[in-house]
Amino acid sequence: MNKIWIIARREFLSRVQKKTFLYTTILLPIVIFGLYGLIIYFSVKTADHFKIAIADNAKVFVGKIDGKEDFQFVFVQNESIASLKEKIAKKELDGYVWVPEGFSTANGDTISFVSGKTVGLMNREQIQKHINNSLEQQRLLSSLQISKSQLDSMQKGRDIKFATVDGKEENDAKAGISFGVGYASGFLIYIVLFIYGTMVMRGVMEEKTNRIAEVIISSVKPFQLMMGKITGIGAVGLVQFIIWIVLTVTLRIFLPLLIPGMVETTNVMNHGATEAMQTAKNSGAFDSVMSGLSDINFGLILSCFIFYFIGGYLLYSSLFAAVGSAVNEDPQDAQSLLLPITMPIIFGIVIMTKAVNDPTSGLAVFGSLFPLTSPIVMMARIPFGVPNTVPYWQLALSMIFLILGFLSTTWVSARIYRVGILMYGKKATWKELWKWAWR
Amino acid sequence: MASILQLHNLKKYYATQKAVDDISFDIEEGNIFGLLGPNGAGKTTLLRMITGIFYPDSGSITFDGRPFDPENDIIKIGYMPEERGLYKKMKIGEQALYLAQLKGLSRSDAMKQIKFWFKRLEMESWWSKKVEDLSKGMSQKLQFVTTVLHEPKLIILDEPFSGLDPVNANLIKDEIYGLAQRGSTIIFSTHRMEQVEEICDHIVLVNLGKKILDGTVSEVKQQFKEHKFSIKLGSIPNGIDDAAYEVIEQKGNAFTMKINDGFQSNDVLQHFIGQGIMIESFNEILPSLNDIFIQLVNDTKSVSRAFN
Repeated sequence: MNKIWIIARREFLSRVQKKTFLYTTILLPIVIFGLYGLIIYFSVKTADHFKIAIADNAKVFVGKIDGKEDFQFVFVQNESIASLKEKIAKKELDGYVWVPEGFSTANGDTISFVSGKTVGLMNREQIQKHINNSLEQQRLLSSLQISKSQLDSMQKGRDIKFATVDGKEENDAKAGISFGVGYASGFLIYIVLFIYGTMVMRGVMEEKTNRIAEVIISSVKPFQLMMGKITGIGAVGLVQFIIWIVLTVTLRIFLPLLIPGMVETTNVMNHGATEAMQTAKNSGAFDSVMSGLSDINFGLILSCFIFYFIGGYLLYSSLFAAVGSAVNEDPQDAQSLLLPITMPIIFGIVIMTKAVNDPTSGLAVFGSLFPLTSPIVMMARIPFGVPNTVPYWQLALSMIFLILGFLSTTWVSARIYRVGILMYGKKATWKELWKWAWR
Repeated sequence: MASILQLHNLKKYYATQKAVDDISFDIEEGNIFGLLGPNGAGKTTLLRMITGIFYPDSGSITFDGRPFDPENDIIKIGYMPEERGLYKKMKIGEQALYLAQLKGLSRSDAMKQIKFWFKRLEMESWWSKKVEDLSKGMSQKLQFVTTVLHEPKLIILDEPFSGLDPVNANLIKDEIYGLAQRGSTIIFSTHRMEQVEEICDHIVLVNLGKKILDGTVSEVKQQFKEHKFSIKLGSIPNGIDDAAYEVIEQKGNAFTMKINDGFQSNDVLQHFIGQGIMIESFNEILPSLNDIFIQLVNDTKSVSRAFN
């Protein structure tokens, strides 16, 4: 036990003290947040002003297009295309819309927009929206004699409240948030398994190519070496994650202070983000989002996340270690041996995407119990509620299976590892690995 | 003297061949023991069983008077494998400290030992260098130090001098003698015979998984002597031939001769003395271990080690 600790300590320190660890752990979130901030900053600052002339020769707009302050629509008469172009050249106008005589909204005729410089995608959409809205209103008025607002009130649907039999009201916001949190947690576990699993594999390969394995094995048991390595790298992962979480939370708090105007924009963006949010805004009950958030037991999610993080990591990292011990320097060799390990992980992601949509389906339940997929799938189901969506017995069974699963993969891997780490030369085949594990 | 290590009928079979096939021998405490054999003879497999890395398929190992218990006895063994290995990116001092701690030394003991050995082998300035900055010979020295740091009772060195210049090789050789004098037993695995002849007390030769020779260096040489002598005479005799010997080579008044069966060296001497010829020198030519090695290995070549 003591030796496992000595090995784990070295594995941990040698990675944490590297400059690359510092970069990926601290700089990466800052860079991502910085980019995020910059994008928002520019989208706030560089809202273009457009002055657009409408040469409405067919009188389709009846002299009126609703524009916001960014898009000013000016109706012009008796102007030729040449004179409009001249005005663009003099920067009096940013562009013009030429509606030819005889243009009809009923036909499939197109309107062309000519501008001095290329118009960005967002602005294009805005211009198109303004013009189309106006056209739509004209059409409604002329053919049906109703206004746009009348149509809107007719089409407006009523929100349906969803509730479960036990009387708990579930709002849409909660379902949306559960979906988001579930998806994110499942995906995080998936990334964890891959990043730290391959880190373990590379560590084992490094020891093998450095030929240090035999030196170490003459002092400690192969199992101790493997477990020390897995523990050390797992600790690196945990520390890295905690730093990421802390950094994310602090940046979320401080970034808006640095860039004024970002708060509103992000709020606007968030409101537009999900259907759930929109209905919340419409019904004037922003509270429902807040209550949806408070309904989600973040304490439980976090503790389950740590459990499945560790359990899933232990289960897969020993398999990655076994593969690392069976190959030599060439990463190409590792690819083919990795396939059977990556398959269940990818399988888990596939089930997870189904599980977030229907967290109680048979496939989702199976996926969250089967130890090779449970870390990913269970984490996607838990935000939907324990014990509502995930009964306690399922959670307990899943955890027990995961522990048993990791004990057995570790046992098998240790046996492969013991032989593989001392083999040089050609890479082992599956048949050989099988023999090492069971003889 | 007591035996520190006894191997009894060790066997280790791989899928396709018998790597170690029924090998037994004893190693006495404080000896420098040579384990010889050509490439692929089974030396490494044998050493890995002695270091507890492999379990023998059958047979037993007695270490220090008790059955070998790898988990506890491993700290009394220092093993330097032929495939040298160190963490390239790790600082040398930390590396030595780490390996010593894995051998069960406490941090402070390890520190003391490292300081002692680094000073002794003039490596003090290396402490914060990385292994990748060292030359091959330097890392060899470091590897040796990490092997013997914990003053093990049994030290196993696989080709310890490969890659060392003569100065450093001598330095390490002196350390090996010193360790043996302080009571450590040393197993020395090599196929460099001149070193064996110089250093080892006792040798075992293995080939194709079997032991083919076991004895002290002088015993082995006696066993394989071919009754060859070199003799230098004051003058060249007229009639050189005699029933007692055969001349193999003649260079002026120096002769190399083989004494025929049924005769002794004194018969030769008497032959010349009887002729009144001055004898300036008379020496027995013992075969070199190298010759014995080549002869024995060639002899066993035809033996198959595959399963029948």
